[in-house]
Amino acid sequence: MIRRILFALLCLGLTGPASAGLKVFATLPEWGALAQVIGGDAVTVFVATHARQDPHHIEARPSLIARARQADLVVANGAELEIGWLPAVLSSAGNPVIQPGQPGYFEAAAQVALLEVPVRVDRADGDVHPAGNPHIGLDPRVMLTVGAALQQRMAARDPAQAAVYEANWAAFRTRWQAAIARWAERAAPLRGEAIVVHHTAYPYFTHWLGLSRAGTLEPKPGVAPGSAHLAALRDALAGQRVLAIVRPPYASEGPGQWLAEHSGIPLLRLPVSVETSADEAGLTAWFDELIDRLLAQRR
Amino acid sequence: MMKNPSILAGALALAFASPVAFAAASPEVASLREEIQQLRAQYEKRLAELEQRLVSQHTAPVAAPAQPVSTGKGFNPEISLTLQGQYRRMKDIDERHISGFAALADHDHDHGGGERGFSLDHTELVLAANIDSHYRGLVNFGITDGEVEVEEAWFQTTGMGHGLSLRGGRFLSSIGYLNAQHAHAWDFADAPLMYTALFGEHANYGNDGLQLKWVLPTDLFAEVGVEIGRGARFPGTDRDVNGIGSSAIFAHLGGDVGSSHSWRAGLSYLNARAADRHSHFKDVGGEEVTGDFTGRSRTWIADAVWKWAPDGNASARALTLQAEYFQRREDGELNCQGEAGSACAVAVEDDYRTRQHGWYVQAVYKFHPQWRVGLRHDRLDPGTRDYGDNNANIERENHTPKRNSLMVDWSPSEFSRLRLQLARDQSMAGEVDNQLWLQYVMSLGAHGAHRF
Repeated sequence: MIRRILFALLCLGLTGPASAGLKVFATLPEWGALAQVIGGDAVTVFVATHARQDPHHIEARPSLIARARQADLVVANGAELEIGWLPAVLSSAGNPVIQPGQPGYFEAAAQVALLEVPVRVDRADGDVHPAGNPHIGLDPRVMLTVGAALQQRMAARDPAQAAVYEANWAAFRTRWQAAIARWAERAAPLRGEAIVVHHTAYPYFTHWLGLSRAGTLEPKPGVAPGSAHLAALRDALAGQRVLAIVRPPYASEGPGQWLAEHSGIPLLRLPVSVETSADEAGLTAWFDELIDRLLAQRR
Repeated sequence: MMKNPSILAGALALAFASPVAFAAASPEVASLREEIQQLRAQYEKRLAELEQRLVSQHTAPVAAPAQPVSTGKGFNPEISLTLQGQYRRMKDIDERHISGFAALADHDHDHGGGERGFSLDHTELVLAANIDSHYRGLVNFGITDGEVEVEEAWFQTTGMGHGLSLRGGRFLSSIGYLNAQHAHAWDFADAPLMYTALFGEHANYGNDGLQLKWVLPTDLFAEVGVEIGRGARFPGTDRDVNGIGSSAIFAHLGGDVGSSHSWRAGLSYLNARAADRHSHFKDVGGEEVTGDFTGRSRTWIADAVWKWAPDGNASARALTLQAEYFQRREDGELNCQGEAGSACAVAVEDDYRTRQHGWYVQAVYKFHPQWRVGLRHDRLDPGTRDYGDNNANIERENHTPKRNSLMVDWSPSEFSRLRLQLARDQSMAGEVDNQLWLQYVMSLGAHGAHRF
């Protein structure tokens, strides 16, 4: 009987779904969107997480292993953002091409210089990422650098479609540069404004638009805000001009609300990744929304 | 006179400014000059524009020296250490066992049953690294006083492809759901009764041998595997043979339902052989006798896990439901021996046949980023036990072992956990043991990725 079950499973496995072009497994929606923009119809993109999930805490779910098993290219954020789950997914998938160091494993953070590289690496400082702050997607200029490298990697993984990837990328790059110029102009009034953040997820964003960080709700990265820390923060913020308290959609609302009530600074939910669709429209809408929401606070 | 010097000066200037100087007088040359200057102006303007764009795009985070992909820490293996200890309050019971279930009698210390008051659980040291481009290796030492136990020590292929991976060495079998998890990853301070009944004091089945696993190329997660090995651990024994001591097969299915639910279900089978497996029994007069079992032990395990997190975001709230069921059949011979005065004073050997089963179900609810509460119910059925002639000698306790456990744990970070557990343990006939645990689990070093 056991032999018969195994045989049936073998048959099931060999008649799996037919592949459609390059299969991309993206850990975050922004990288999925970028791969979709470059690949167009020539690729199938699977995005492992969405913007309402905390990318630090994802379960290595069976469904993710099944997708990684079939992937030709993993597009990860890197800088240890996915360390709690991606290694478990990759080691269980039985897929040699997507292992770290192989051509089928791409890390976005490896393409750019990171901000907030810790001077000392110690767990007493919270959820420290030794390579630097991993939330690079919030600077649209990073998309240009990462996209250029990703386009080359995709072309190397799928030479037959290299021309398509290059053409898609060149066209997107022009549109994206125009969009960046537009955002920079619209966001010009935000320059010099200060924000309080829930988690240190926004340094690339504040750096891009010339905002400053007046405080952090988490006493240490990844450590839940306590009442003593919040009270101290409220006192420190007294008399300061702060535009907003911003929190990622996955962070609990409570601490931000408390501070908003006790300081009079409005609480804003600012997505740290593409929230709508993992494509160009989604990418554009994401930055439009970030800037719109902050500008609305100025009026 | 006025004309000449100016022409001369102009010619000189041209001679120095341009290689076409000596044709200076010609008007075509002048227009050429103009063209060149226009081109240069345009070119410089364009260059300035490009530079401007470069500056605006690359103000800081970009234009970087590409960093190496983070694969590990140089050539050093990833090292992690888990500290575990507890305070436990429980009844003083001489020889703890689960009524109606045979257990190995050789061990006098144990992790699951024994110490009261403050105690240090075993300390786990794990080293892992890629060995080369073909293999990954891992070793897990369980350290207690005067003893280092190799819990796992294996290599695994990384490059076979087609969803296949082969593991060799000592490993925790992939049968069931909880079996492959080490004690520090458990949701409760102790293992379900079922695991203690099935595999003895370690509450998991480890084997020295080979495991071949295949993940199917389907969107629904499906994996099948087969294991062969020495089979030295309970319910088998080390039989010193050239052949295969024990074998196992397992199949897992899993997937998501919407964005908030995910699940995994599995079915596994373990086939082990024992020779003179030494257990303690009570004879019909209440005296202790020993029974040596020789024969075959076959176990089926069905497991299912269902996880819920609002919108897939488990950082603040999550619920895990987990259940496993087993059925064990043992067929062979039992040799009953005892001291003078016991029913087996003269050794009696006859057929031994048992059909037993049991299950547990548990729910763990995370209601705050740092707090979880869990409830577990264990129940075993000693089932039918036929000892042949020894039915007249060995007492067959008619007791249904059960236990209810309640735990609350607090994890200020991913790396530390403090737990309070209360349990009402009725696994032994005639005993109701109300237990209390205070436990800590702390991990140092490399950030281990958690399995589903």
